[in-house]
Amino acid sequence: MTRATVIPPAPVAAPAVAPGVSRRPGRTQAWRRLTTPVLLVAGWELAARSGLLAPEKLPAPSTVLATGWRLTRDGTLLTHLLDSLTRAGTGLLIGGGLALLLGAVAGLLRIGDDLVDPPVQMARMLPHLGLVPLLIIWVGIGESLKVSLVALGAFFPLYFNTYAGIRDIDERLVEAARTCGLGPVARLRHVVLPGALPALFLGLRLAIGAAWLSLVVGEQVNAQTGIGFLMMEAREFSQTDVVVLGLLVYALLGLLSDVAIRTVERRTLAWRRGLRAT
Amino acid sequence: MAPGTSGDLTGHASVLTATGVRRQFGASTVLAGVRLNIAPGEVVALLGGSGSGKSTLLRVLAGLDQEATGQIVLRGTTAVVFQEHRLLPWKRVADNVALGLSGPDVTDRVARALAEVGLAERHRAWPAELSGGQAQRVAVARALIREPDLLLLDEPFGALDALTRLRMQGLLRRLRAEHGFAALLVTHDVDEALLLADRLLVLEHGVIAEELAVPLGPTRTPDDPAFGALRRRLLDRLGVPT
Ligand SMILES: Nc1ncnc2c1ncn2[C@@H]1O[C@H](COP(=O)(O)OP(=O)(O)O)[C@@H](O)[C@H]1O
Ligand SMILES: [Mg+2]
Repeated sequence: MTRATVIPPAPVAAPAVAPGVSRRPGRTQAWRRLTTPVLLVAGWELAARSGLLAPEKLPAPSTVLATGWRLTRDGTLLTHLLDSLTRAGTGLLIGGGLALLLGAVAGLLRIGDDLVDPPVQMARMLPHLGLVPLLIIWVGIGESLKVSLVALGAFFPLYFNTYAGIRDIDERLVEAARTCGLGPVARLRHVVLPGALPALFLGLRLAIGAAWLSLVVGEQVNAQTGIGFLMMEAREFSQTDVVVLGLLVYALLGLLSDVAIRTVERRTLAWRRGLRAT
Repeated sequence: MAPGTSGDLTGHASVLTATGVRRQFGASTVLAGVRLNIAPGEVVALLGGSGSGKSTLLRVLAGLDQEATGQIVLRGTTAVVFQEHRLLPWKRVADNVALGLSGPDVTDRVARALAEVGLAERHRAWPAELSGGQAQRVAVARALIREPDLLLLDEPFGALDALTRLRMQGLLRRLRAEHGFAALLVTHDVDEALLLADRLLVLEHGVIAEELAVPLGPTRTPDDPAFGALRRRLLDRLGVPT
């Protein structure tokens, strides 16, 4: 009897300790990984305050944040941000839509493959950011230039991943669906689309990354609005804090869009969790 | 070549009649005029060496091969179970079984079909979470729910371990007794063929080279003397020394 009462505490204590033990290395590691960035920012702040860094070369992080707060309050930042987002969204919609359409045509139809894929493969060799001079001649230096650049940047990664995603679908699954009486449209919906979805998500993430990059370049050419314009204008007046702020905003946009896509992806591709577990 | 679904003019009650089925891949002729007949409720085993064209023939019969020639008359519906389960990884078990079906009673039918293969409680699982035997049972349920007159099975248990294979053979025997479907069972396992089939066919050099009735009862086991005798005869015909 006494033995029986001695034994229970042990298993109770064990699980209570175990998660703490297993979690602690993760936490300490996370903290350790934060050390260097925090030190760098602190060093930057110190260097700027002590005058080691000239304010017109690199202002203190606190100054950049204060500037960000000021521009947020008077609405300037939001106006330019919305303009940049509109450009990115429009370009992404055009380039991404075209990529999905052509990628699907080339991936699904043999004739589409023969007619669409070769020119796309050739065009991919051109660095699209190098097309700026040509694009200026073609569409001018206005809004069309920015949108075209974004669309071009977004097109290629999404096209190639759509194409590959459709091509890599297991033919045997399509065959099994046919034996279950699924017609071409139902096979597209139940087999091809979900089968290509992981590749589509990858393509979308790459496309959005390319879209931001194209936007940064595009907005440096004669923009009248947008984050890029804000930065170029600030450069003329040596407002380095605004330039750095613009960089931060670009970085945040990239980060946020990536996190958003990953979240949607994780929800949509729940079936792959089981796949990884086995 | 799509199988016809018209009635058989000769008055046979065969669920499947195939004549002169030919299929070439480039220069090599894999099927050189296959002739095949399956009566309703009859289980026919198709034996043959690796690469003899068993899968090719089954795909033709399932209407999956547009380039084969010949005549196929099918009375009723078919369903197919492949060697691999071929479940859609992005659909839960129940949705895989229900694939292509519609109607208000589908949920009930899926539950019944899954219960028949002993997987009622796994209906919410993803295919990747199942063992090989479980996944193959879901594939069987997906075929059964269509209430086929003819079940086409391409080495359905070939990828399973020996013990699971025995259980699956028992399951198939039970389901066949309950539902009375006809079946064409492609296998390279002589024991499996003798255990499950009413008749054996041997595919060789692109034609049905051998046909053998299996006059064993429904409760046959490999321990029956008659089973052993038939087995020896079959192996002899297949050129395997015993
Ligand atoms: N799609 C194909 N293209 C070319 N050859 C094929 C194709 N499918 C099957 N074959 C050939 O046909 C022959 C029979 O194959 P198969 O029907 O799979 O044999 P079994 O199922 O009896 O092992 C093999 O020689 C194989 O190489
Ligand atoms: Mg085969």
